[in-house]
Amino acid sequence: MKATVTTGLLLIFVIGIAVLACTDTSTDPINTGKLRIAFDNVVSSSDLKLGTGTYQNAAGESFTITKFNYFISNIKLRKADGSEYTIPQDSSYFLIQEEKPASQTITLSKIPTGNYTGLSFMIGVDSARSLANISLRTGALDPALNDGMYWDWNSGYIFMKIEGTSPVAPAAQNNAFFYHIGGFGGGYNGKKTLNNLRTVALVFTDSGANVQTNATPSVRIVTDAMKIFNGSTKLSIAQHPSVMFDDYSPNIANNYAQMFSYDRTLATP
Amino acid sequence: MIRPTSISPVQIGLLGSLMVFLLVISCQKADSPDPDPGPGPTDPGGGGVVYKPTPVTLRQPANFPAMVYDLSQNPLTVEGVALGKTLFYDAQLSRDTTVSCGFCHQQFAGFGHSDHALSHGIGSQFGTRNVPGLQNLGWDREFFWDGGVTSLDELPIAPIQNPVEMDLKFSEALSRVQKSPKYPPMFQAAFGSDTVTTARFLKAISQFLLTLVSADSRYDKYVRKEAGSDLTSDELAGLTLFQQKCATCHATDLFTDKSYRNNGLPVSSINDQGRYRITLNESDRLKFKVPSLRNVEKTFPYMHDGRFTTLEQVIEHYRTGVQDSPTLDSALKPNGQLGISLTDTQKNQLVAFLKTLTDNTFISNRAFSPN
Repeated sequence: MKATVTTGLLLIFVIGIAVLACTDTSTDPINTGKLRIAFDNVVSSSDLKLGTGTYQNAAGESFTITKFNYFISNIKLRKADGSEYTIPQDSSYFLIQEEKPASQTITLSKIPTGNYTGLSFMIGVDSARSLANISLRTGALDPALNDGMYWDWNSGYIFMKIEGTSPVAPAAQNNAFFYHIGGFGGGYNGKKTLNNLRTVALVFTDSGANVQTNATPSVRIVTDAMKIFNGSTKLSIAQHPSVMFDDYSPNIANNYAQMFSYDRTLATP
Repeated sequence: MIRPTSISPVQIGLLGSLMVFLLVISCQKADSPDPDPGPGPTDPGGGGVVYKPTPVTLRQPANFPAMVYDLSQNPLTVEGVALGKTLFYDAQLSRDTTVSCGFCHQQFAGFGHSDHALSHGIGSQFGTRNVPGLQNLGWDREFFWDGGVTSLDELPIAPIQNPVEMDLKFSEALSRVQKSPKYPPMFQAAFGSDTVTTARFLKAISQFLLTLVSADSRYDKYVRKEAGSDLTSDELAGLTLFQQKCATCHATDLFTDKSYRNNGLPVSSINDQGRYRITLNESDRLKFKVPSLRNVEKTFPYMHDGRFTTLEQVIEHYRTGVQDSPTLDSALKPNGQLGISLTDTQKNQLVAFLKTLTDNTFISNRAFSPN
């Protein structure tokens, strides 16, 4: 009897130690939850319809959009007290593609619980990650998997790609226009190349996004592609039917830095 | 009645062992997804073949500067190099399966394209630049005539996708390799996984390219004072001239300072603006990467657009053909005088020296040839 009890007690002790030993003390003891961010691509007040919607820019040019992709990275969430939570680098690169609806909602995991009142993110891929070892560039950063959002002749990612057609675009290029904007500010001989990285900060103008272990709020962000044309620079398709890695591209980057706005947060979708 | 018993030291010992055992197994983590290129050396992986690659030590020639490529991120193995070589010589990587990397990079021509001024790709289309020879790539930081590619690991994507070279979407190249019966076992042997990923594909090609070390020309043996390495008096005179008049740009025993310079070539109808395309800096117009001169006797034609077919023509350009322009390299305009002054004798001596840079061991090394 005594032996059985002793053995039992010892086993309980062993299991207890074993369980304790499994607790990974390196993880934060803070409770965490998830947050979704949904990007709703529109053109002014209309929903964006690839290939079929016809829109008109401030230069009076009508156009349709056939492709619209952009990279979102380096996401930071902000609380009312000004404190910030930075999404870890390895899970902070997203490619939003109009032609892939699933790509338009991103889910951020292991977010410390609490009420968030704003966020910031980068449009594009920062220079450190652009130059990182190829093994560290998987998923949307894999040049084979990101639907051509990568320049192979001038190593780096395309941050924003919008293509479409317009009667004012040259017949010689099938009335198509192309805006492929990238350039992470690589360096050479102490000089810097084009830096079209832009950071966007948005305030959640309502009560905010309350992340809890059992509540996953969904933040809706509206992306207005018309801002690519109608920003501080009035982009004319006739005058600039194709802009890629060239000196005009920062004008377009400045325009699209203004295309995001906060819409609302759905508590638990 | 249950007989009271005491616990023997053996039982305590056994229980102690059990405790320790439980502690150890309880702390083992499930294998986290392996960072490329592969899991540990004893992992049997998916193919049932034990993954145990044989390391390759890359040569660091005594007369070279330190290597630039970070080998710790892509340790060379016999299996990785073999895979890279197979990919290098595989025409499946072009849209119509006619053009491999080795199609334009021919070993006997120092891995340039012999007798082709401009790159000659799929469907007999031509590019706008001369195929550069390949050697000593582990010492390069930037690639192509304009330096647009900044990592050896990313280089192969450009020729595979270029519409006038191999014209195949990179994702399609990976998919063809995955579907081919011969490759998955080779990826398993090289990286411990038979799944073809971007990183494994590119790193295997890098491994092969890194083995293309050329350091056994007569010149190399001469500077390393190896046996039977005498140069003739003309060659030695050429070496002296080279050091005086050429080594500003063709520096070190890699024979390039890796800079971009405008060497005064008249602009051709292609109107290639060179480095400017990458930097958009006006001062980089018409500048091209200073090429190495190793195996230069074999890598004809010469210049970024292959406009010269002989070394004599190249030297004649520097002697009498240099054209002034806002970005002309200052080394080609000493004291306001265009070009490099050389007598006919000196020109011949210089050519004699340049031919000592031919590395026949490299050009005939079976390890670099198609299987």
